[in-house]
Amino acid sequence: MFMTSSSLSILVIDENVSRAHLIEAALNEVGHSEVMLVHTVEGVAAKIATVDPDVIVIDLDNPNRDMLENLFQLTRTVQRPIAMFVDRSDHGSMEAAIDAGVSAYVVDGLRPDRIKPILDMAISRFNAYTKMMNELVQAKGELAARKTIDRAKGILMKAKGISEDEAYALLRKTAMNQNRKIVDVAETLVLAADMMGDD
Amino acid sequence: MAMLKTVTAGFLPLTDSMILIAAREKGFAKANGVDLILSKELSWATIRDRITVGHLDVAHMLAPMPIAMNAGLVPFSAPMVVPMALGLGGNAITLQKDIWENISDKENNNDVDALANGETLKQHVVQRLKSGQQKLRFGVVHPFSGHNLELRYWLSSCGINPEEDIEIVIVPPPLMPDALASGQIDGFCVGEPWNSVCVSKGHGRIITTKSEVWKSSPEKVLGVRAEWAEENQQTLSSLVRALHKAAKWCGDRSNRPELAAILSKAEYINISKEIILHGLEGTITPSKGNTIMLKDFMVPFDRAANFPWQSHALWFYSQMVRWGQIPHTAKNMELAKNAYRPDLFRSALKDSDAAIPSANMKVEGALRQETAVGSTGRLMLGPDGFFDGKTFDPDKVEDYIASFAKDI
Repeated sequence: MFMTSSSLSILVIDENVSRAHLIEAALNEVGHSEVMLVHTVEGVAAKIATVDPDVIVIDLDNPNRDMLENLFQLTRTVQRPIAMFVDRSDHGSMEAAIDAGVSAYVVDGLRPDRIKPILDMAISRFNAYTKMMNELVQAKGELAARKTIDRAKGILMKAKGISEDEAYALLRKTAMNQNRKIVDVAETLVLAADMMGDD
Repeated sequence: MAMLKTVTAGFLPLTDSMILIAAREKGFAKANGVDLILSKELSWATIRDRITVGHLDVAHMLAPMPIAMNAGLVPFSAPMVVPMALGLGGNAITLQKDIWENISDKENNNDVDALANGETLKQHVVQRLKSGQQKLRFGVVHPFSGHNLELRYWLSSCGINPEEDIEIVIVPPPLMPDALASGQIDGFCVGEPWNSVCVSKGHGRIITTKSEVWKSSPEKVLGVRAEWAEENQQTLSSLVRALHKAAKWCGDRSNRPELAAILSKAEYINISKEIILHGLEGTITPSKGNTIMLKDFMVPFDRAANFPWQSHALWFYSQMVRWGQIPHTAKNMELAKNAYRPDLFRSALKDSDAAIPSANMKVEGALRQETAVGSTGRLMLGPDGFFDGKTFDPDKVEDYIASFAKDI
């Protein structure tokens, strides 16, 4: 592969495989071809020694960051000292990274304008990934709520001999009277039915 | 009722985070006007980063960490102050069970004696080096930790050079038992409950404890961002008062079962209360199924366990110098000492019934037995001896540092 003298090698350490691929794709798109992914910290010392990365991007919550930082301080493993983030004085950028859950280590002496786009990219992908996950959790929650309401309707239809529409109307009316959500009323009913051994 | 002041505190899942957790769970924080938000973190690096940018106001911290931060020894940091300590003791040194059974000649030996077991370990280390076997590899939680420094102190006093004769690697506390079980490490020094967890799974043997190496020794502190402390003096005082009450509650024997149940919750340590209780009660299990009583294994409140002794800061400093983490200069020594702020502890508790030492420093290791000392209220300190009989005089730090150069 063709590499210019200015290309940076970037190591992404993330146990979350999908998120790591998102970052890799984004970095490749803007022309960084030397991106390596590592999903487990086992053997990471050897990997760092071989790759000798200019930039390391790692999930802030990775429990092994203390181990990694210690590696960086041992000159035997990494030739050059590595400092965190772009510029210690760039507080806003550091705060954005920590908010997003990104931690980065950069070879000392690299120009900030070369590092910042990489860090910004990682931050935006971490944020995008978190948003996607939240939406997924919400969607799952909505699905679970629909299932609970369906079960509650079934219980009412059987117990009272009413139609599905009537069962739903009853749930809605009860919820309105008690100032609760329909799904909460349905859940109470399902729980009670479970306790009675009835369904 | 006055509005509660919100304080966000970071902690790692360790038994010695108990004071912060009890302050929230048992209402001591609220009673002192503080809404204490607890944020569980997974590494000391994250605690450091989050407190530096202001996500956290205060944190459960390794005692040498604020010193390392103030000295700029870490990649990223803001100035810290330590207005109080979060207890004494609580760590142990665990070795892979089979290794210990092979090298220990006594049957059913449940001894955790630092001197005798250190001698046994030394024989083994010498043997390994002679026969060209791989060096023993020990895990500690952080370079700037009591664990790293006390493990090195113990090993070198036993004639084992921690730089040459063994290897030391960094492993996060909750991953220690698995790292030992899978053979990545042969032993470790970590806080509870992770030693007891390892023994209960049948993989480890607790060979000595922090309390055996140095009785009544400092472990975690409350680290506070200096800027926050400056801007929130009233709130900090309220927090220290709340934590002091919480520490007293934690130190009361009759509360331990309840405390263990609280700590065992998923949002805190997420380990069974039976295992957590070992560290709280000092009912240590050196090997599976065998219990011994170490009454001063962990001291959350008594013996001025919450007082931020500047002699503790200086002892850590002396060891950081000893192992090349920081060069010794008059400026660095002052910086280490002044990271600990007994004045903040005193001013927070001045109108309370707390027994507070009159001095900021003491000769460490000088009290062979429990001794009454000068204080407001009645205060008993010690015993606080080092296992090798040495003492540390904080007025003679240079002599102390020089005394090690002769050993190793």
